[in-house]
Amino acid sequence: MIRKVIYALALPLILFGAWWILSAGSTSFYAPPLSDILTAFANTWTLEALKSDVLPSLLRLFAGYVLAALLGIGLGLAIGLNRRLRYASEPVLEFFRAIPPPVLVPVIMLFAGIGDTMKVIVIVFGCVWPILLNTVEGVRAVDSVVLETARSYRVTGVARITKVVLPSAGPQIVTGLRQALSIAIILMVISEMFAASNGLGFTIVQFQRSFAIPEMWSGIILLGLLGFALSLVFRLAEKRALRWYEGLRESQRQAG
Amino acid sequence: MTSARRGDPARLGHPALLGVAGLAGLLLVIQLLPTLGLVDDRYLPPTSAIFSALADEAGTSQFWISLKDTLVAWGWGLLIAVAAGVLAGFVIGSVPLLRALTASTVEFLRPIPSVALIPLAVLLYGTEIGSTLLLVCYAAFWQVLVQVLYGVADVDPVAYETARSYRFSSFARVRYVLWPTALPYVFTGVRLAASVALILAITAELVIGSPGLGKDIAVAQASEAVPTMYALIVVTGILGVLINLLARTGERRLLAWHQSVRGEVIA
Repeated sequence: MIRKVIYALALPLILFGAWWILSAGSTSFYAPPLSDILTAFANTWTLEALKSDVLPSLLRLFAGYVLAALLGIGLGLAIGLNRRLRYASEPVLEFFRAIPPPVLVPVIMLFAGIGDTMKVIVIVFGCVWPILLNTVEGVRAVDSVVLETARSYRVTGVARITKVVLPSAGPQIVTGLRQALSIAIILMVISEMFAASNGLGFTIVQFQRSFAIPEMWSGIILLGLLGFALSLVFRLAEKRALRWYEGLRESQRQAG
Repeated sequence: MTSARRGDPARLGHPALLGVAGLAGLLLVIQLLPTLGLVDDRYLPPTSAIFSALADEAGTSQFWISLKDTLVAWGWGLLIAVAAGVLAGFVIGSVPLLRALTASTVEFLRPIPSVALIPLAVLLYGTEIGSTLLLVCYAAFWQVLVQVLYGVADVDPVAYETARSYRFSSFARVRYVLWPTALPYVFTGVRLAASVALILAITAELVIGSPGLGKDIAVAQASEAVPTMYALIVVTGILGVLINLLARTGERRLLAWHQSVRGEVIA
C-alpha cells in the first residue's frame, strides 16, 4: 500500500521538483518560474473566479454531454436493432464522425449565434458520434442465443431493451461515452475560444493575448486538473455501472 | 422489425445500395430544406451551391496549398507521435519499475485536453506550422503510448520466460516475443492517433490561424462565404473518411498473419 503511494507520487514529485529548480532563475518571458505560476494560480483562481468562469464551462459541458449521451444511445439502439436502417445510415454516420468536430463551431455559430445554446449544441454535435456508433456496434454484438431465449420467454418491448439489449451492449456503450468525454472537454474549450464572455477557454485566451504569462500557465494547469478529475469521476462511475461485467471477466480469467 | 432481422439479404436490399440511398437522401434533404424556404439559405445553402463552391475551390491553387499544409502537419505530427509513443511504450512497458513509476503521470497528462496547449503553441510558434505540429504530436502521442503499454502487458508470460530460458538476448526478446504480441495494439493506437491527429491539425489551423484547411474555413466564415465554408467542411470530412479507410486497410494488410485478422476473414 505504502509502496503503491510512493510509486504513484515519486515521478510527479521529481518532475515537479525539476520544473521548480530549472525554472527558478528563469528570466525567459514565456517560461516563468514555477513559483510565479503557483502564486498566479492562487491569485487567479479564487472562489469568485471559479464561480464565474469554471462553473459556466462545466454546466455547458454537462448539459451537452448528457444530451449527447441520451441522443447517442437512443438513436444507436434504433439503428442497431434495425438492419435496414443500419445499412442506410452507415455511410452518412461514418462521414459525420470523420468531420473534425471543431469545424462545426463556425456552422453552429451561424444557426445559434454565440450564446450558451451554441456551445451546448457544438458539444452535443461533436461528441454524439462515438456514443452512437459504439452503441450500434454493441447492440449488433448482442448474443443471438440470448436474444432468442429472451424471445421464447416472451421478454419483449421495453423489457427486452432494458433487460437484455442494454446490459449486453453496456461495455461498448461505456467505451463510446469515454471517448466522447474527452471530445466534449475539447469542444467546451474551443467553443469558448471562439466567442464567449466567460468560461475557462475564454479566460485562458484572454491571458495569452494580454501577455499575462503566469496566469496563462495557471489556466493550462487548471484545465489539466479538470480533465484529470473528470476522467477520474468517469472511471468511478464506470466501475459502478459495469461491476457485473468486471466480475464476469474476472471469473472467466480465473477459469481460463 | 422481426422480419427485417430475419429477412434474407435480397429482400433487405444490398447494404451498399442502401448506403448510397441513405447518402442520396441526406443530400436531397439538404438541397430541399433551403429551396423550400424551411431553412434560411444564408445558414444552410442547398447541396448544389455547396458543390459548385467546392468545384470553384478545387480550381484555386490556394485550396491545394492549404490541403498540402494540413496533410503535411498531419503526417509529420503522426509520424513523430508514433515513433515517440512506440519507443516510450516499449521502454516503459518492459521495465516493471518504470511502469509503476510512470502510471500516475501518464494518467495525469493524458486527459489534459490538447487544446489547453493552444495559447502556449501560439506564444512559442505564432501562426507557423510548428504550432499545429505541437498540438498534433501531443494529442496523438498518448493514443499510441497507452495502446503500446496495453500491448506489452498482454505478452504471454510463458512465451517470454521460454525465450529467456533459451537465452534470447534482450533485443531478440523484444524483436520476436514482445513486438509481434504488441503489434496489433500498436496498429490500433496508430489508427486512433491518425484520426485524432487530423482533428487537432484542423483545430489548430482553425483557432490559431496557422496555414491549412482549418484557416480557410475560418476565413470563409469571417467573409460570410457560407457555401465555401460548407464545401471546405465537406473536404475535411472526406479527408477523415479516407484516413480511416487507409488506416483500416493498412492494418488488415500488415496484420494479415495475425489471429484477430485471420479470424475475421473466416467469420
